[in-house]
Amino acid sequence: MTIASLIDTPSELTDSASSKTAIVLMTRIRLARNLAGQPFPGWAKPAQRTAIFESCRAAVAATSPMKRGLDIEISDLSELERQILVERHLISRELSGAKADAGVVINKDQTFAVMINEEDHLRIQVLRAGFQLKKAWNAINELDTALEDSLDFAFSPTLGYLTACPTNVGTAMRASAMMHLPALVISNQMEKVVRAVNQLGMVVRGLFGEGSDASGSIFQISNQTTLGESEEDIIKRLGSVLQSIVEHELNAREKLLEADPAKLFDKIGRAHGILQNCHLLSSSEAMNLLSLIRLGIDLGAFHDADRSVIDRLLIEAQPGHLQHAQKREVEPGQRDLLRAARLRSEFANFTRPDFSFTNEKN
Amino acid sequence: MANPLKCDLCSKPATVHLTQIVNNKVHKVDLCEACAQAKGVTDPSGFSLADLLLKASLNPEQPVSGVRCEQCGFTQSDFKKHGRFGCPACYETFKGLIEPMLDNMHKGTVHTGKVPTRALERKSLYDRLTKLELDLTEAVKSERYEDAARTRDEINQVKQAVTQKPAR
Repeated sequence: MTIASLIDTPSELTDSASSKTAIVLMTRIRLARNLAGQPFPGWAKPAQRTAIFESCRAAVAATSPMKRGLDIEISDLSELERQILVERHLISRELSGAKADAGVVINKDQTFAVMINEEDHLRIQVLRAGFQLKKAWNAINELDTALEDSLDFAFSPTLGYLTACPTNVGTAMRASAMMHLPALVISNQMEKVVRAVNQLGMVVRGLFGEGSDASGSIFQISNQTTLGESEEDIIKRLGSVLQSIVEHELNAREKLLEADPAKLFDKIGRAHGILQNCHLLSSSEAMNLLSLIRLGIDLGAFHDADRSVIDRLLIEAQPGHLQHAQKREVEPGQRDLLRAARLRSEFANFTRPDFSFTNEKN
Repeated sequence: MANPLKCDLCSKPATVHLTQIVNNKVHKVDLCEACAQAKGVTDPSGFSLADLLLKASLNPEQPVSGVRCEQCGFTQSDFKKHGRFGCPACYETFKGLIEPMLDNMHKGTVHTGKVPTRALERKSLYDRLTKLELDLTEAVKSERYEDAARTRDEINQVKQAVTQKPAR
């Protein structure tokens, strides 16, 4: 598979949106693995890095899930192609800035991505649409076990899998969910949620991980600690935290509808109006407007089938995807123009919001 | 309060005292105003105590010991600079430094999760093979031919086990 065909193939994220993905857009698990007796990527000498890269790359590409996937060195990708992979959550920002001897192997349907020579020798990732922690764990556990056949991982009986950064040692697992929480944001409850989640040993981040903002009311929630608890226990605990956030979001939606429906409908209606008529649209405004339309879909103001359109646009409105669609690099100011044109045409035939569902209920 | 608390990061008088409970563990930090601002302590959403604790325990004022990882040449001051280790063996080399940090950062200090069973089995077979081959050379050298023959048979058995292992 080539990078061009991968980019033109819809990803797991945009492809399987349904009512099941209403609040939890996607589940992601990553495992960090390192080769025994080899220096970590950040400390390895160039020749060692090359050798590690080649042996990891061959081992990963040979596993059955990765057959006929994309297997590429970062330096062989253009700036734009790297950005697109970041926007699809297939590589990290850190890897996209790597120079030599770093790469990624991605399977055909873009559910597995294995980064090589990022912070650790291997960063194995699985991605599933919706709330699928257990399925995701089973899938990644299997791939990891398959890799054991050809790679000796650095492992200590007491400290578990050894990682470059001590914050990842142990299971070396980060399980996370990407959640759409507009009602908690509108009702100013996010700060409270973040604090409660932190106390439970979980972390809340913006859409693109550490340091990114939470435009579009999309958050990533993941486990903070990796040592002293088994993978299954971490997943169980994270699962129950996520479940309770889902319930809080649903309650917050109920409350907004009860307290001041006009205010909420106004927001959604205006979002629809802007998307149909805008001529300049920044990435973050686009995310926020799309988020409101998505909330409208969940509430029943638009067709349920349109959720997949929104989820696709949440990715395609990102700078990398936008420029790819133009087949060229575009200045940031020009991008806002293009983004507006793109969304205007997508929304030209989008049905108007219908808020009569509230009357039916009463 | 005769001695005002000092900032954990820069030793100026601390004015921000933060207690956070993560995983039922109490973590405390004392910071001066400038460090608190710089670390985003005032913004609860962007603040990770684990990261801060990691850096606080890397306080450059601590005396630097001359320990150097035999495997990769990594030193404690390298760790202070990068916040990452040089190689897997560093965990053993810098055990004294890392243990209290792990206790602070994580839920426990002992791994209870997945074990790479296949890889470990293979490794133990290879280790055994290496040892047997040494024994064999030794036996031949000292002309203990009976021992040598037995060792050779054992080597063949282990070799067979190694090639059978990847049952996928």
